[in-house]
Amino acid sequence: MSTNSSGGFTKEMARNIFYGGSLFFILVFVGLVFHSERLIPERSNNAALTEAVVRGKHVWESNQCIGCHSLLGEGAYFAPELGNVYQRRGGDASGGMFIKAWMKAQPTGAPGRRQMPQFNLTDAQLDDLVEFLKWTNGINTEKWPPNIEG
Amino acid sequence: MANIPTLKYQSQAVAKPYFIAAIGLFIGQIVFGLVMGIQYIYGDFLFPAIPFNVARMVHTNLLIVWLLFGFMGAAYYMVPEESETELYSPKLALLMFWIFLVAGAATVLGYLLVPYAKLAEMTGNNLLATMGREFLEQPLPTKVGIVIVALAMLFNVSMTYLKGRKTTITTVLLLGLWGLALMFLFAFVNPANLVRDKMYWWWVVHLWVEGVWELILAAILAYVLIKTTGVDREVVDKWVYVIIAFALFTGILGTAHHYYFIGLPGYWHLVGNIFSSLEPIPFFLMTMFAFRMVQRRRRDHANQAAVLWAVGCAVLGFLGAGVWGFLHTLSFVNYYTHGSQITASHGHLAFYGAYVLVVIAVISYAMPTLRGRVANSHKAQSVEMWSFWVMSIGMGVMVLALTGAGILQVWLQRMPTSGAMPFMAAQEQMVFFYWMRLWGGVAFLIGLIMYVWSFFIGGVPAEENLGARRGGLMPSPAQRRLKHD
Repeated sequence: MSTNSSGGFTKEMARNIFYGGSLFFILVFVGLVFHSERLIPERSNNAALTEAVVRGKHVWESNQCIGCHSLLGEGAYFAPELGNVYQRRGGDASGGMFIKAWMKAQPTGAPGRRQMPQFNLTDAQLDDLVEFLKWTNGINTEKWPPNIEG
Repeated sequence: MANIPTLKYQSQAVAKPYFIAAIGLFIGQIVFGLVMGIQYIYGDFLFPAIPFNVARMVHTNLLIVWLLFGFMGAAYYMVPEESETELYSPKLALLMFWIFLVAGAATVLGYLLVPYAKLAEMTGNNLLATMGREFLEQPLPTKVGIVIVALAMLFNVSMTYLKGRKTTITTVLLLGLWGLALMFLFAFVNPANLVRDKMYWWWVVHLWVEGVWELILAAILAYVLIKTTGVDREVVDKWVYVIIAFALFTGILGTAHHYYFIGLPGYWHLVGNIFSSLEPIPFFLMTMFAFRMVQRRRRDHANQAAVLWAVGCAVLGFLGAGVWGFLHTLSFVNYYTHGSQITASHGHLAFYGAYVLVVIAVISYAMPTLRGRVANSHKAQSVEMWSFWVMSIGMGVMVLALTGAGILQVWLQRMPTSGAMPFMAAQEQMVFFYWMRLWGGVAFLIGLIMYVWSFFIGGVPAEENLGARRGGLMPSPAQRRLKHD
């Protein structure tokens, strides 16, 4: 093709920079992700990732909790952050009990207030969900959120 | 198919149903957005018929689907013309249109009529769990359907591309579309470890909107600008490559700004602070590109509305994705703003500025030609251009309101080291901003209604009137010469 315009910077040069540079950054990114992969087990306490936690994540997903809540800051912003809810509600002393009692009491029906649906979870499902939230609370998130309110 | 004189290739006509469906679903998206806007103020509005999570899922999924309809319509319209050959298979394109529309409608009805857990159970989520993750809520059959429709579209346009002329615009468009399909495959990756799950989830979400979609955006924008300004292709091509080079150089490692606080190692803070700070560059270049093309235009295309959408896209894309993104992309700022209403404000302006406006720009350019005229009447264009301003001002009000809400939220709930306000208490303090957001949303809906209305305004089609008419956004070289004479 033609060598257009002054300066000598041609379309072909721009194209080659695009392809070469993109390939380079893809490789760097994939390399970093592979490195992160190796650190994830330690940072997320993978040893504590029990069957109950896995089932709890499935309960979390199957009821689309992310449609109102955020988890580690991601999701919807209509309802509180739940990445640290276990700790916020008393940790090992009462976190699990609070979460279960809360879920069973919904919706509150208070006029004008945001309402959480009743998901009719079994006790076993609620236990699994608590295990999931407890495990999530233990992830090393670089000290996020800034305080207990999430 | 009836012969349409304004189309260079008759098979381009398959784009028309895609564009119509896109606009229809856009209306649905906004209606559900307003429902949520009300729910932010009156928490029990429509409860339990339409809980917030359902409204939000419909709102975001409709956005994704209508933008995909827009991208596919754009591909079917642009690729034959650029390749100078008929589409490989118009029949396949129409078949895929109906499959996608029916699957999309069935999915939304499923969201609205069936409890989500039941829907998950019915559609095989216990066999392969992919649901219940933000933006990827679609049931398994829908996700598989998206892959099939995308592959059929890619096959169709790639075959067209291969048998015809290969331009920079179609090359970049196809790269973007192939990337879109490839990255969507990560929607099927759902590791049991939440940290891993989130890391790969961003490969779909971030590497779409801040990666491969930017290629599609640049290609569509360049196409509309070439068509409406008549600027030399060689100049445009160089711009396109520089823009997409910056988009991927900054966007790929820019993924790091999502890896700050989800359990990944701390070095992502450094990577994110460097590369995501540079992410506004491609959007700034796009703005410069659009203005320069319009300034140096060789013609005053009869369709000035399309030019307005294209320039508006470049400017608001820069503001939304570039400026509002930069506001909270640094890790020490994001530490306080992550997952607050600041995030929502950025998301709204970025999607509107970059992707909503580019799809409307190509619809605005292509739709009159699909209806047998080069451009709509002056009256229709006038209403269409007003709709741009009303929608954009409505969006502006929403974004400023959400930014205000976010600042207040950070101040009350995130910043205090002791005695921070609980989430719901802080929300009650933000209600003024939620009212403001709702009124912005109402204005947006009015703008959207004006836009739809503009399609039904008849009149004599506008004609190109080089140099003589004062019109458009700024004087063209021809007009400037006229002034000096």
